[in-house]
Amino acid sequence: MFDDVRDLYQDVILKHGRRPEHMRRLASFDATAKGDNPMCGDRVQVWVKYGADDTIAETGFEARGCAISIAAGDLMTEAVQGLNRGEVGRLFADFGDMVRTGTCPDCMGLERLKPLSGVHEYPSRVKCATLPWHALIAALDDKQEASSE
Amino acid sequence: MNDMSRHFDVDTIRRQFPILDQKVHGKDLVFLDSAASAQKPRAVIDAMVHAMETQYANVHRGLHWMSERTTDAYEAARDAVQGLLNAADRSEIVFTGNSTAAINLLAHSYGRAILRPGQAVLISAMEHHANIVPWQMLRDATGIELRVADITDAGELDFADFEARLADGRVGLVAITHMSNVLGTYTPVERIVRTAHAHGARVMLDGSQAVVHRTVDVQALDCDFYVFTGHKLYGPTGIGVLYGKRELLDAMPPFMGGGDMIASVSFERSTWAPVPHKFEAGTPAIIEGIGLKAAVDWVRGIGFDAIAAHEATLTEHALARLANVEGVSVVGRAQDRGGVVSFTLDQAHAHDVATLLDRQGIAVRAGQHCAEPLMRRLGLDSTARASFGIYTTTQEIDFLADTLVRVSEFFK
Repeated sequence: MFDDVRDLYQDVILKHGRRPEHMRRLASFDATAKGDNPMCGDRVQVWVKYGADDTIAETGFEARGCAISIAAGDLMTEAVQGLNRGEVGRLFADFGDMVRTGTCPDCMGLERLKPLSGVHEYPSRVKCATLPWHALIAALDDKQEASSE
Repeated sequence: MNDMSRHFDVDTIRRQFPILDQKVHGKDLVFLDSAASAQKPRAVIDAMVHAMETQYANVHRGLHWMSERTTDAYEAARDAVQGLLNAADRSEIVFTGNSTAAINLLAHSYGRAILRPGQAVLISAMEHHANIVPWQMLRDATGIELRVADITDAGELDFADFEARLADGRVGLVAITHMSNVLGTYTPVERIVRTAHAHGARVMLDGSQAVVHRTVDVQALDCDFYVFTGHKLYGPTGIGVLYGKRELLDAMPPFMGGGDMIASVSFERSTWAPVPHKFEAGTPAIIEGIGLKAAVDWVRGIGFDAIAAHEATLTEHALARLANVEGVSVVGRAQDRGGVVSFTLDQAHAHDVATLLDRQGIAVRAGQHCAEPLMRRLGLDSTARASFGIYTTTQEIDFLADTLVRVSEFFK
């Protein structure tokens, strides 16, 4: 019945949406921020611990939201491991392009995030995929709150 | 009109809504989002097109034939709404942009000029943002108090709490929904009005949802103000109504200034037109007014007895079917409720549910439904909401329930 939504709900998304591996609050952390999507009620908080050279050593998150936002948060924590603020910003920009257009031909480092490319066919869901990123960027910029609106 | 109400036939009704033939993702449209905005019958579409094609000009200002005809058609909408609400006088019907605009008008005009610092506005915990935020803005601007009457866990007004908040006699205005857009709960409006009046408070009822589903008689209710919007009543967007008792409207200052709302203007001072025009500055939503009249006539032609009976059947059917879908929890258990059913699904978030339903052609709303404080009161982040209209069928509800079973399996 739902074959045509498989581009959105790929197995990877369903798996990470159902059993996220990084959904936890870090016991010790250097930065944290919340993201809130008031129109739909999604909420996320991201915690970051820095390693050497201000790169990300560890990221954890908690989210109350849909499978897309939870999977996006989980995949994000893996994708940003070892990156610094500038690199995370560039990756988020590329990720944003991908979820809005479906492709990002010149983008590097998006392999892990590719299962979310199906979101582009569901414009109202793009903000679900980007909410955890907004929270992460806010945390890296020492802000407490982000909004995907 | 009695003939039609005796022979209510949903197929006949559906044939009058051109959009219901549309396919969505290749599937038949199953439109279960009428509480957000209802679809439009042919009578409304034709009335608006006909007006634009044959008798359009600005209203209340032309001395020419076209303007006079358009004015007549537009003002006939006021008569139609007077009839719909059984208002005592046509001047008690003020046209606004929608319910939100009507409540903002009331908050600005009545709120600033009539309510005094130290007085309070009393709302409930199940209001739409449109009946929360204007009062918060009034509170912050003038120092009135904003009180909130709680609801029960069943999703009904906690009447003891409501009455307790009136007890000190400082509530100047009760502004409360007639029917919750999330829970489908009807509030006990007769009792609300009686109790509020006994404590010296005026009452505004937000009828955005209720006016679509049951007869509203503002004189029998004795409410002081009643607001609703056209687009949920099978009419166009861009036109809504503020009903107010004449003596209250007379005492209220204008909200917006401009053309159409004045008696005379000089650079020293201006004087106001009588109600309702005092509150209708600028060129109004003319075509939308004509469309609203067509919608009111069409709905009254079918009759609220027939509509209420049909929707009661739908609601009962939906509650029974959804109760048998594993993992589905319906939110709210009010005794007196209409065709708005919010629910959660254990296995999936409301957005995921809505996306999968959409792919089967089923349109529901998901999220907080412009009622964030209510969601928090219920301990929820979001719900999916199926809401029914005059054209909804039990087969569509069956398809919803069957599809929810599959959605549940998909996310298991």
